[in-house]
Amino acid sequence: MSRRLEVDVAIIGGGLVGSSAALALRGLGFSVALLDKGFCGAQASGVNYGGVRRQGRPIEQLPLSQRAHAVWPRLRALIGIDGEFLRSGHLKLARDEADMASLEAYAEAVAEQGLDLELIGHNGLRERFGWIGDGIVGASFCPGDGHANPRLVSTGFAAAARRAGVEVLENTAVEGVTRDGGGFALEAAGNLTLRSRFVVNSAGAWAAPFAESFGEPVPLSRIYPSMVVTEPMEPVMSVNIGMEGGGIYARQVERGNIVVGGERALPLNDPDLSRPRGDGAIAIMNNAAALFPGLRHAQAIRFWSGTEGAMPDKNPVIGPSETTHGLIHAFGFTGAGFQIAPGVGEVLAELVRDGETQTPIAAFSIGRFRETSARTDAGSGAGQNQEPQH
Amino acid sequence: MTGHPTSERPQPLIVGAGPAGIRAAEALVAAGLRPLVVDEAPACGGQIYRQRLAPDGRSSRDLYGSEAAKAETLHRDFAALDGKLDYWPQALLWNLRDGRADIMIEGTSRQVAYDGLLLATGATDRTLPLPGWTLPGVFTLGGAQIALKSQGCAIGSKVVFLGSGPLLYLVAWQYMKAGAKVAAVLDTAPFAAKFNLLRGLPLFPGIVLRGMRMTAELKLAGIALHYGVGDVRIEGASKVEAIAWRQDGLEHRLTCDGIGYGLALRSETQLADLAGCRFAFNARDRAVLPERDAAGRTSVPGVYLAGDGAGIAGADAAERAGERVALALLQDRGLPHDAARAAALEAELARISRFREVLEAAFPFPAHWVRDIADATTLCRCEEITAGEVRAAINRFGVHELNRLKAVSRVGMGRCQGRICAAAAAELLAHEAGRGIEAVGRLRSQAPVKPVPLTLALTAQQEAAE
Ligand SMILES: Cc1cc2nc3c(=O)[nH]c(=O)nc-3n(C[C@H](O)[C@H](O)[C@H](O)COP(=O)(O)OP(=O)(O)OC[C@H]3O[C@@H](n4cnc5c(N)ncnc54)[C@H](O)[C@@H]3O)c2cc1C
Ligand SMILES: Cc1cc2nc3c(=O)[nH]c(=O)nc-3n(C[C@H](O)[C@H](O)[C@H](O)COP(=O)(O)OP(=O)(O)OC[C@H]3O[C@@H](n4cnc5c(N)ncnc54)[C@H](O)[C@@H]3O)c2cc1C
Repeated sequence: MSRRLEVDVAIIGGGLVGSSAALALRGLGFSVALLDKGFCGAQASGVNYGGVRRQGRPIEQLPLSQRAHAVWPRLRALIGIDGEFLRSGHLKLARDEADMASLEAYAEAVAEQGLDLELIGHNGLRERFGWIGDGIVGASFCPGDGHANPRLVSTGFAAAARRAGVEVLENTAVEGVTRDGGGFALEAAGNLTLRSRFVVNSAGAWAAPFAESFGEPVPLSRIYPSMVVTEPMEPVMSVNIGMEGGGIYARQVERGNIVVGGERALPLNDPDLSRPRGDGAIAIMNNAAALFPGLRHAQAIRFWSGTEGAMPDKNPVIGPSETTHGLIHAFGFTGAGFQIAPGVGEVLAELVRDGETQTPIAAFSIGRFRETSARTDAGSGAGQNQEPQH
Repeated sequence: MTGHPTSERPQPLIVGAGPAGIRAAEALVAAGLRPLVVDEAPACGGQIYRQRLAPDGRSSRDLYGSEAAKAETLHRDFAALDGKLDYWPQALLWNLRDGRADIMIEGTSRQVAYDGLLLATGATDRTLPLPGWTLPGVFTLGGAQIALKSQGCAIGSKVVFLGSGPLLYLVAWQYMKAGAKVAAVLDTAPFAAKFNLLRGLPLFPGIVLRGMRMTAELKLAGIALHYGVGDVRIEGASKVEAIAWRQDGLEHRLTCDGIGYGLALRSETQLADLAGCRFAFNARDRAVLPERDAAGRTSVPGVYLAGDGAGIAGADAAERAGERVALALLQDRGLPHDAARAAALEAELARISRFREVLEAAFPFPAHWVRDIADATTLCRCEEITAGEVRAAINRFGVHELNRLKAVSRVGMGRCQGRICAAAAAELLAHEAGRGIEAVGRLRSQAPVKPVPLTLALTAQQEAAE
């Protein structure tokens, strides 16, 4: 049976980016369809580590990140749950003087951005965060950052969008998008045809074919961060922990479990699926036990990973298509899209309504890849009528 | 990735040294292969033929009752393979990836490359939540039996057995024989359901008659047998003090200090999931199980299943399925194998499977219980989530799939990864979402299949390879 639907905006991908955009657009009075090939919030947005942090982001992301920062404390009003968001502060550790120097340099570079970073020396750390083991020379503390439960937040945004009147279509993969008159025609699973004036491409790690079909190839790759979670423990870890130069990151959730990330998982035969490697998971576990003496007797109860879209310059693509009016991209968050997604949703809604936004996003333009991956699509009419190539 | 500098062809790996794993190992050894058998238990035997921790003066007859001869034979046959296979007891296989198994032995993890993976992981008790089921003094039937078999102690001084399935009577009878005071057996199925057993007589007269004899002996010993028991509540402040139930519209109550509870068994399928096997809903077990052909081959070449881990069929079936699937492995490798023997085993397995239908009809699973589970009753014990919280999550987020329910409610996220609560969560979700049980999916498994210490050490060999 075939079905037709007509809306102002069709959103491809019900991750946190797509569903927060859907909710914001609905708030501006647009009719919206949110399509996901699986369940909304079941991919990167629902399985990530849950770090809600501005500290450490490239400086060009900070205005957008600050915008999102204002949304997080309002979750209950916005989506009906607080998503276990906790403004615990984010503490970034330095293992040696060189790391400490780069934390200092970062703090100086972002001094005007309102992160209120505080540099802490070895003794200060001992005093305030005695549960951190030896071998750390200092840290940088961002008091306004924190963490949240991605499973609740991402599903919560989609559920709130549905309640607000968004047509949420799960298990409905978009199979092709074409320009059609003044708007777009989308073909989706289950013989669904959808017409819309605008299309938001927020298909996460799967977004590249949609951009490419409109003549905008992008070097989007996939990463699979590895996660480990312990059984519930007594409250010890009062802040969200990161580490300069990578390594591990850790937080303690409301229930007491400690979530530790680090290393990279590997895809399975189906590249949409991934699982941590056994030795990678052990490395994370051992590092966590070494860094936090309180975890020496803890047990790991589960590992997992997720599929994330990554860009070579670690910045996402956010903004209007340069080939096709009405098409807006937002993908490639490279392991750091959870915190900024609610801000991205608002920006996307403004782009639909006004064609522009006050929040600086020029650095995320898809045009930055025009030269590097230039592709002459002879006679394809800038790819306007092509099917996405999967 | 870490590489193993092995020159020899890797061994077939058998997980589980219960009846299925033992018979599989035996058949592979007979064909000249040298399998590696791992089991997290300290001794072979699996669930039903579990051995005691230390000699305690009890005979096999005391331990295994009518099954003593089978138990002795199985233990002896496995011992006879000594030197012809590798056997790692107390070895937990906690992860499978890319043709390698991660195995924990005494706090150290080894990675083993295998050629042929035979999963004989068995089953554990299936339960549904009840008021008070998390009180100290409430055990699964399996737990009650383990206490008796490996430690030689009863779970209370006045014990009630509750549930459905042949094990209910078996364990009650074993307790009675061991001299424990059994206060009552509460069967969730109506007495009329037992007439189904007559249909089983032509298939397995010995088993049916043995069951009847056990029931008769329980009655003779003055133990009350109650049928059609519902609305069960376990009472007690800090431990079990009494059990209350409804039967034929009347309220009943009995004081006791130990309860053995189980609603038949559920298969341990996590490793099959990690191995990438395709699953399908099985109406008889009301569970989503790994698919397999009559020989035990899964959808993944080189991965095989045998015994209760692939679907509940009992210990006799497990022995036959273990041998059968080993023959399939031989055949798949182009090695000589006894095709006539394989056919005979399959025929016996088919007969046992018909008998399973009879048992399911005689001891039906009370799936309807979940409809009435009180909101205050704990559903997921690891994460301490009540039925009411699960209902609220289902409705707030509009979920109708089990992994989504896990994501928004934490059900199945704890230590046991849903082994205990998944059946109940699926029933509750199906009911609340107005779907069939077959439409709500199954919890995806994640390593480690059981908790491992954060300080788990990698073997030196692996570190060197990195
Ligand atoms: C393990 C892990 C840990 C992370 N930790 C953090 C962290 O601590 N902090 C942080 O800020 N960020 C973190 N991230 C990154 C963050 O999760 C992502 O950047 C963010 O969730 C991206 O959101 P999204 O909506 O773009 O993508 P997704 O959540 O992946 O959503 C994309 C959606 O598009 C759908 N889709 C794809 N193709 C189609 C199609 N053809 N039709 C319809 N739908 C389609 C998918 O099903 C999916 O639901 C982490 C990521 C991972 C994987
Ligand atoms: C209380 C109870 C009473 C029973 N009584 C009877 C009866 O009277 N008659 C009957 O026919 N059946 C009975 N059964 C069922 C019987 O136990 C099974 O049918 C039989 O044991 C199945 O054999 P198996 O080899 O498939 O699995 P099991 O005997 O369960 O053996 C599986 C083995 O795999 C090991 N294992 C599993 N996962 C891992 C892992 N990840 N790493 C390492 N090792 C692992 C386990 O330690 C276990 O030893 C009973 C079951 C229970 C729980």
